[in-house]
Amino acid sequence: MAETSPLLAVTGLVAGYGGAPILRGIDLSVEPGEIVAVLGANGVGKTTLNKVLSGVLTPSAGEIRFDGERIDGAAAPAIVAAGLVHVPEGRKIFPDLDVHENLELGSYRRARANRAANLARVYDIFPRLAERRRQRAGTLSGGEQQMLAIGRGLMAEPKLLILDEPSLGLSPLLVEQMFTLIRRINTDGLTIMLVEQNVVQSLEIAGRAFVMENGRFVMAGAARDLAADPQLEKAYLGL
Amino acid sequence: MPFASAARAAGREFISNPVAPMFSPEIVATAVLNGLLTGAVYALVALGLTLVYGVLHIINFAHGALLTAAMFAVLVLKLWLGLDPYVAMVPLVPLFFIIGYALQRFVIGPASHGNDANILLVTLGLSILIENLLLAIFRSDTRTIDVPYAFMSIDLDFALLALPRVIAFGVSVVVAAALWALLALTDTGKAIRAVAKEKLGAALVGIDVAHVYAVTFGLGTACLAVAACLLMPTFYVSPRAGGAFVFVAFTIVVLGGMGSIPGALIGGLFIGVVESLSGLYFGESLGQIGIFAIFIAILLFRPTGLFGARA
Repeated sequence: MAETSPLLAVTGLVAGYGGAPILRGIDLSVEPGEIVAVLGANGVGKTTLNKVLSGVLTPSAGEIRFDGERIDGAAAPAIVAAGLVHVPEGRKIFPDLDVHENLELGSYRRARANRAANLARVYDIFPRLAERRRQRAGTLSGGEQQMLAIGRGLMAEPKLLILDEPSLGLSPLLVEQMFTLIRRINTDGLTIMLVEQNVVQSLEIAGRAFVMENGRFVMAGAARDLAADPQLEKAYLGL
Repeated sequence: MPFASAARAAGREFISNPVAPMFSPEIVATAVLNGLLTGAVYALVALGLTLVYGVLHIINFAHGALLTAAMFAVLVLKLWLGLDPYVAMVPLVPLFFIIGYALQRFVIGPASHGNDANILLVTLGLSILIENLLLAIFRSDTRTIDVPYAFMSIDLDFALLALPRVIAFGVSVVVAAALWALLALTDTGKAIRAVAKEKLGAALVGIDVAHVYAVTFGLGTACLAVAACLLMPTFYVSPRAGGAFVFVAFTIVVLGGMGSIPGALIGGLFIGVVESLSGLYFGESLGQIGIFAIFIAILLFRPTGLFGARA
């Protein structure tokens, strides 16, 4: 039973700011081990969905189950403690702390006992961060900051890692590297929910995908099928 | 400020013959040393203010009233239980940490509704409330406590330094170092620095932001309890006593750079020396003119302060 139940199950989720709904009934599931892509144009509610999942925003209706437990309405620290870690859009690293301290705080709430081992692992994945260990995070380049944000997320040994627009603002070459890296982390056993505007590359690495439009999913299915579906472009562009 | 003038009056007793129009090097050196001693306590008060500003981005207008409350707490413990002001740190520092924590967590934070302007008003309201409560309980009389070591001094050949002020200096430096170590080396300290600049990022690594705010406020208030214990052996207390210190502390925070811990420390020592020297050269009642001249000059020429980040 436990093996077949999804890691994340969202049903009928409604949320918004000050009474204006942004999400109007979201159903979503993420199975252990897969990469799920959540796609959609700017402003359709992807970031709002992430904020609700990570406990920053309280939903007005619906249910979120993570690893079998209800987490809708739980506070952000409790959700991190449960193992759902959200690497936010815009990185949100700590600019005045150095790279090492940023990573240390990744294990503030979870996996603190394994901090040393996980630091070594993150530095192994991102040698660039190891080189800049004592540099203030605010002085890193955009790509390095994105690596740091992902590395900080990995420090908590997440069961599910939500990556919000990891390719945003990166050069095409870095975007390519970023997607390769996401696939590698997934191959190592981590379940990933990838929230992106970058449709083509996201569908290449994802197993399944959901396409959001106006606070609802309008398409869902295997990434390969969606990539071939002429409907996708229409939905994505909101035509 | 009476603290400085009392100190200098004490200094004058020790210096045998200050008749020359130009002060002798010994007198100037004594004034500088006394300024440093006073400045360390100023720095302690400023540390609490700058820490709260740096993390919560608010000016805590209740800082002065809380200092006054701490000074009265020292007085009460001395009068009722005969507790020495230095020993009083043991119960008062944790107590004021808890008071500060609770104020932020259950009063200031909830009352702000996420709006910094509200926090300003809430802390201002708190300061009025605290001051008037103290006024109702203790009346407006100035009170002092008697300790056997109040007039003991340390002889440096060229200068005599009042023992309580040397102790105050030493403890202030130790507290500042401990605060620095806390912020630099512990997870709690790193979380405080993280929250200061990136609330959302902090929440997403599982830092309880409301808790960290309250801890920060508690640390700021605990600094005041230390300052109160250091001040009471040589200073008086009245329901408005803390306000004068916070005025100076605010200058220090602006001088050192809003939110800068080293800035508060060095700024505090500097302001202490400025006050002492301008008191020496311009006379007692004008001792603070130097401070406020510097305050205005900083606002005009370097508004980010000496250690403040440039925008």
